[in-house]
Amino acid sequence: MVENKGTTPLAFDEMMNADSSPRQPYSTYNEWYASQDRNRLIAKSKEAENIFRKTGITFAVYGHADSSEKLIPFDLIPRIISGREWRKLAQGIEQRVIALNAFLDDIYHKQEIVRAGRIPRELIEKNDAFLPQMIGFRPPGGVYTHIVGTDIVRTGEDQFYVLEDNARTPSGVSYMLENRETMMQMFPELFHQNRVRPVENYPYLLRQSLASLAPPGCSGKPRVAVLTPGIYNSAFYEHAFLADMMGVELVEGSDLRVIDGKVKMRTTRGYEAIDVLYRRVDDDFLDPLTFRPDSALGIPGIMDVYRAGNITIANAPGTGISDDKAIYSYMPEIVEFYTGRKPLLENVPTWRCSEPQSLKYVLEHIEELVIKEVHGSGGYGMLVGPTATRKERTIFAEKLKARPGNYIAQPTLSLSTVPILVNKGIAPRHVDLRPYVLVSDKVQIIPGGLTRVALKAGSLVVNSSQGGGTKDTWVLED
Amino acid sequence: MLGRTANGLYWMFRYIERAENGARLIDAGLRMSLTRSEATEDDWDGVLQSAGVRELYDEVHDTLTSSDAIDFLLRDRANSSSVMSCIEAGRHNARMVRTALTRETWEATNECWIEMKAMLAKKARPADLPEIIDTIKRCAGLIRGAFHGTMLRNEIFNFSRIGTFIERADNTARILDVKYYVLLPAVAAVGSSMDNVQWESILRSVSAHRAYGWVYDAELRPSNIADFLISNGRMPRSLAYCYEKIVSNLGYLAREYGETHAAHATAEQTLASLRSRSITNIMDQGLHEYLEEFISDNNRLGQEISDGYRFYH
Repeated sequence: MVENKGTTPLAFDEMMNADSSPRQPYSTYNEWYASQDRNRLIAKSKEAENIFRKTGITFAVYGHADSSEKLIPFDLIPRIISGREWRKLAQGIEQRVIALNAFLDDIYHKQEIVRAGRIPRELIEKNDAFLPQMIGFRPPGGVYTHIVGTDIVRTGEDQFYVLEDNARTPSGVSYMLENRETMMQMFPELFHQNRVRPVENYPYLLRQSLASLAPPGCSGKPRVAVLTPGIYNSAFYEHAFLADMMGVELVEGSDLRVIDGKVKMRTTRGYEAIDVLYRRVDDDFLDPLTFRPDSALGIPGIMDVYRAGNITIANAPGTGISDDKAIYSYMPEIVEFYTGRKPLLENVPTWRCSEPQSLKYVLEHIEELVIKEVHGSGGYGMLVGPTATRKERTIFAEKLKARPGNYIAQPTLSLSTVPILVNKGIAPRHVDLRPYVLVSDKVQIIPGGLTRVALKAGSLVVNSSQGGGTKDTWVLED
Repeated sequence: MLGRTANGLYWMFRYIERAENGARLIDAGLRMSLTRSEATEDDWDGVLQSAGVRELYDEVHDTLTSSDAIDFLLRDRANSSSVMSCIEAGRHNARMVRTALTRETWEATNECWIEMKAMLAKKARPADLPEIIDTIKRCAGLIRGAFHGTMLRNEIFNFSRIGTFIERADNTARILDVKYYVLLPAVAAVGSSMDNVQWESILRSVSAHRAYGWVYDAELRPSNIADFLISNGRMPRSLAYCYEKIVSNLGYLAREYGETHAAHATAEQTLASLRSRSITNIMDQGLHEYLEEFISDNNRLGQEISDGYRFYH
């Protein structure tokens, strides 16, 4: 039985056609699902939760002092993407990631895109995410964004939009891997029936990709480490998981020190050099001598080592400017400027509130729009016009008028749905998709990604910090 | 390996060992109060002393009752050596060194914490104590089993084992010292016929009440018990056994690193002394003094390992 209450009736469902027949990528799965006993599935769902709990796959929600470790709910109905759909997405993502790297290289060197008048100068130079320290410096291999998580939403059979380019430190890849692991453990038969492309080799590819971009000062086999802010960080589990899966050290700022022009870690044998640092610490905190002096998470002097070519930092400092939401609105121009082609993937139409005309429009249509902070993330500090109360909208409008440059607005997209398991059967819920991309001398897109799902009927907010869950994401071999 | 990771492994295994020993001490205490016609609160006085928390107890409680003592030993966060405090600290260290552990070892540790947190959320009813103690021992056994069955025999393994045995040696020495201290005047006064229950409780607190009978005879003699817990190299909680393990694990590290530290000499010296001195000789010279010195040397060894291998946190 499919419960339809509360979802946008017009939303495109990825599993079922309007006539209740399964869409093609789901046809094999649907047959299996129809033969399943509902109570067994509900029991399996609890089993999955136990697997996650005992594995310790937790995240921290800021502002909840009593619940320092929470589970992200996992839904066991997979999100299935056909090979054809995937190829189209992958081409679009690759084009976009290449453009992002070219853009970063350009704005830290000649700034041709500014000279050509395609992007306003102040948008770059007055941007907090723009790091003057990076001007004139080219990271090893010319790669700025080693790891990218491109957020994609779908609104119809062939309508995909890029919602965000997470080019700083995209998180969530551990869920992609653990969700798959859990599904294979619980339903091995599904992986015999469906030809699902593997994602398990991600840690291997990541290590390989990082090691291939060792700095010029590295002689011998590059030593890779993951830098975490520490055990109390919301994504600590993921940092530990990735270090473990790659077989590299997990380090904190206090483990590292700059000695003789190298970044070295304190080991049981004394200090030993690190060549490539996959950092999960923000730019601001990376080097107290260069950025925030009060940072206890960083390594004093690492930027000097970096500029001297003795360490690779992934992602490069200063990449944040490319996933800034104000820059986002220029992505179609950016892609075209550097690749010479029209973007294969569409941007969501975006109003920049810094422009008076747009601000006027946004204020007049606030009940139709999603309004986001330019530097916000994780679903914090945003307004979803259609579901907000009148009071919330009034308060937000005041904030908007006070600092218009701090906001952008987008139409409320009717995100596609995929069913989740509920007590009465299945019910459609809105989803998004974050595929992971590795950049070295080539661009590798992992066939799959993280599907986030809003668990509340009708809700469009999929962030885990706002009550979203996740699904295993299948890309079929076809 | 990071000095911080080595330190985390060492303490993770010290805390897990301490949690298990704590459960055993409570078990021995319960047993004593069950088998004696006139159970006294003094029994718990001895247990608190063995756990090294007698003074701390007085800071928190005005009177000594068995129910308060058990709660203090089992779940009081004010007692950093309570079973729950140790499990929490052990799991915290495990989470920090997650990358050094196999998935199985981490999961066993995490599950132990999840299970005990739920079980010890409220003050335990007397009827539930046997199950709680069994669960702690089972959890510790699962961690040990996962660790032995899945971990590479490398430096990670060595630092973990060293933590286990430094803690275990300390615990065994303390139990023997405190019990002897409490019991010895009675031995002198009454001769050799002592309250068997008291003696048995020593053996029970190191899970050796059955094994004793296999090695010695049925009669519980103070010197045999001391011999068993100090010098018997086959008894897995004896000082001699602990030091054999410490010396061999330090030996693996020396080979891998190509260097030795002060800790190597100290551990070998202690082991040599444990092997060479007879129990009569020890008792003639004073068991209490001997154990006191042992505990202090054992602490010093811990410090030397920490210095030699650049531990920090």
